[in-house]
Amino acid sequence: MKSINSRRDFLKVSAISGGGILFGMVLPQVKSNATPTAAADFMPNIYIKIKPDGSIILLAPNPEIGQGVKTSLPMIIAEELGLDWKKIQVEFAPLDVRYGRQAAGGSGSIRGRFAELRKMGAAAREMFVNAAAQTWNVPAESCTVEDGMVIHTSSGKKLSFGELSTKAASMEVPANPTLKDPKDFKYIGSRMTDVDAHLITTGKPLFGIDTRRDGMLYAMVARSPAYGKTLQSVDDSAARKVNGVKNVIQLQNSVAVLATSTWAAKKGREALIIQWKASEKLENSSEHFAGFKEILEKGPSARGRNDGDIDSVKQQASKNLDVYYEVPTLSHGQMEPLNYFADVQEGKVELFGPTQVPDQLRNDVAQKLGISKDIITVGLPRQGGGFGRKLMTDNGVEAALISAAAKSPVQVQWTREDDMQNDFYRPAEMYRYQAALSSNELLAWHQSAVGIGRGIRGDSYVAGALSNYRSDSQGFTSNTPTGWWRAPGACTMAFVAESFFDEVCSELKKDPVAYRLDFFKKAKEAPIGRLGYDPAKYQAVVELVAKMSNWGTTPPGVYRGFATWFSFGSYAAQVVEVRLEAGKPRVSKVFCAVHCGRVINLSGAENQIQGAIVDGINHSMFPKVTFVDGAVQETNFNSYRFLRMENAPLDIEVKFVESDEAPTGLGEPALPPVAAAVGNAIFAATGKRLRKLPFVEQLG
Amino acid sequence: MAKYALSINGKTMSVEADADTPLLWVLRDNLNLVGTKFGCGIAQCGACTVHLNGEAIRSCVLPISAVGTGKVLTIEGLSEKGNHPLQKAWEELDVSQCGYCQAGQIMAASALLKSNPKPTDQQIDESITNICRCGTQVRIRKAIHLAAKQSKSN
Ligand code: FES
Ligand code: FES
Repeated sequence: MKSINSRRDFLKVSAISGGGILFGMVLPQVKSNATPTAAADFMPNIYIKIKPDGSIILLAPNPEIGQGVKTSLPMIIAEELGLDWKKIQVEFAPLDVRYGRQAAGGSGSIRGRFAELRKMGAAAREMFVNAAAQTWNVPAESCTVEDGMVIHTSSGKKLSFGELSTKAASMEVPANPTLKDPKDFKYIGSRMTDVDAHLITTGKPLFGIDTRRDGMLYAMVARSPAYGKTLQSVDDSAARKVNGVKNVIQLQNSVAVLATSTWAAKKGREALIIQWKASEKLENSSEHFAGFKEILEKGPSARGRNDGDIDSVKQQASKNLDVYYEVPTLSHGQMEPLNYFADVQEGKVELFGPTQVPDQLRNDVAQKLGISKDIITVGLPRQGGGFGRKLMTDNGVEAALISAAAKSPVQVQWTREDDMQNDFYRPAEMYRYQAALSSNELLAWHQSAVGIGRGIRGDSYVAGALSNYRSDSQGFTSNTPTGWWRAPGACTMAFVAESFFDEVCSELKKDPVAYRLDFFKKAKEAPIGRLGYDPAKYQAVVELVAKMSNWGTTPPGVYRGFATWFSFGSYAAQVVEVRLEAGKPRVSKVFCAVHCGRVINLSGAENQIQGAIVDGINHSMFPKVTFVDGAVQETNFNSYRFLRMENAPLDIEVKFVESDEAPTGLGEPALPPVAAAVGNAIFAATGKRLRKLPFVEQLG
Repeated sequence: MAKYALSINGKTMSVEADADTPLLWVLRDNLNLVGTKFGCGIAQCGACTVHLNGEAIRSCVLPISAVGTGKVLTIEGLSEKGNHPLQKAWEELDVSQCGYCQAGQIMAASALLKSNPKPTDQQIDESITNICRCGTQVRIRKAIHLAAKQSKSN
């Protein structure tokens, strides 16, 4: 994630230092690779378009994958500009270097753009005010802005932004516009419904899968049925005879069937006769876990943080805990199966479809096709979920290769089975946790981790609050691909660390909330080494959720679990309530307190938190991916189980710690603590400590 | 290929398709009614939910040859102005995240309300089995209750 951040920072700096580019002009037309704009549109800057009829369009710069930024980013502009939210429209901005980091990932959209978009809105507002002041020949200070109108306060004269746009276009662009006083915010912090809500509820075409173009063919691709197998030979004679099939294209390690409909493409694909050969080891999940165990028993090779002297403390302890935790491989399972549209022509390429990283996709396509990226346009639909899957560009690159070879516009459609077998998975991991205890205190904490591809970070609490702390890790080599999965790293780390902390509390007979607060107090007053978190913010969310849930007074028939975690700049603390229904635990209610700086869209923010919690319950309870000879066994939702309404909590109560600080991450931070809070609640209900995901397999 | 005269959203529409083509793909590819979504193709997720003679069905597993004279209702035909009580409740409570599953959720919920105008939580649990990967279930439940309340008072 670090490299992305610094790249974004670089782009931002270069864009702003070239102030002339961002502010210094009216843009009758955005650059070559962007959607052309009618010459009469007035654009005070690249985020705001005023049509000749006075209607106002705000441009949302980042991909929308369900995290709400098509609504929340324009809200920031509208706030500073002084628009009537009900009268604006929102469009996706084209891919253009002047927008800086146009990506969805790392909970970074609002964090990265809050300051920039406020400035954009404020600068445009000042241009309208100056234009009106000149028109009326009054001082700018005597004018105010409301709902898209400039008002001369004493005379009551009014002009709309639309009426002022020609004049405003000749105003100088202010380099340092005055920002609104946050206490005057009208939209920021309010509840705003998603800008596409009506289009969604009426089934309008919005998504990549809905793309239609003249002459377009639908394609399905036969890809390797197992990791480690490659294409040996293809007989496509039967496929070519299938009604509607127009073409068959062989790529390096796959075969595409192009047809006049999705169904014909699918039937054509089924008619292919392909020989695959094993060219690498065909791996099994059972071997992964056996390998993990062996490493953890020996001790992982890479030493991370090492405070104090855990070995000698272990020897003197009155009790030592030593346990293993396991998390399975997971698929992303975003609701919209992957798809992508590409039209590769001589000198002109159109790409359109789901991606969290349009800029990266353009670079990858340019490189693969050996063409200049200047001739490639990339358009963004709304996307049916991301969760990190579309940080990889394979779906878009593949579509471009097929279109180039077939010389026709093509919409590649994946089936759910394709998605399951061709993912970049959340890696399987195993952890060993050891703790040394006195009769009433935790003395030492030793975590060791091994996972496919990568190790773990060792800076999360209790590091910084405990004198003896060690964190070791080791990567594990595999040919099964791994990638980013919502709250990468944190989503599994929080499960194991917060479950184990609960084990420690239960051994010591400590209250899990009070004992954590003890540690945050220690970290605040006498930190040990580097602190990777802010203990005061941790304390704030823990105290708030304890208050919300009336911690300490559990209603009858209810069992509670607690967990908290810091990730992507934000803090989340949760109390999960479980009831037993016919002996089986069901999460009935969740309380969650969040510290994420200033909240932009309260409705959207709450939705993200509730969604992350349901996501966390789902993935703690039900799904897992198993490799057998390189092939994924769970091929669709009949075996890759997902939570249904009957497993969802009846209520999720969310509160945000009030804060004037700049916004921090929101799409991910509420996910990590959920699995531990659920497991801890199940322990309270059943006395059974669940150290392995998914839980449902161990509940019988 | 065979010709079919289908009754969709109150209109007769003729299409030419292979007999085994699922209704889902006929709606999407032949008729350009893309509000009905594809999620799994095996009747598991509910993204493709439409009504057949007033009942919620999963169109990804219903071959076009089996539709016959059955009346098909899709999200595009649920209400003339997009103002079905469920559509209004969905907007009022800002239910959607990515939005991809929501047309199917609304079609499943509207079939439920037709047979049971005031469902309990347990009845909602039993009859809404669609998947929402974004985790909007809590708001979906609230929106169904809100729509039920508002339809009644109408
Ligand atoms: S696509 Fe029909 S149920 Fe999933
Ligand atoms: S809103 Fe995204 S799957 Fe339901």
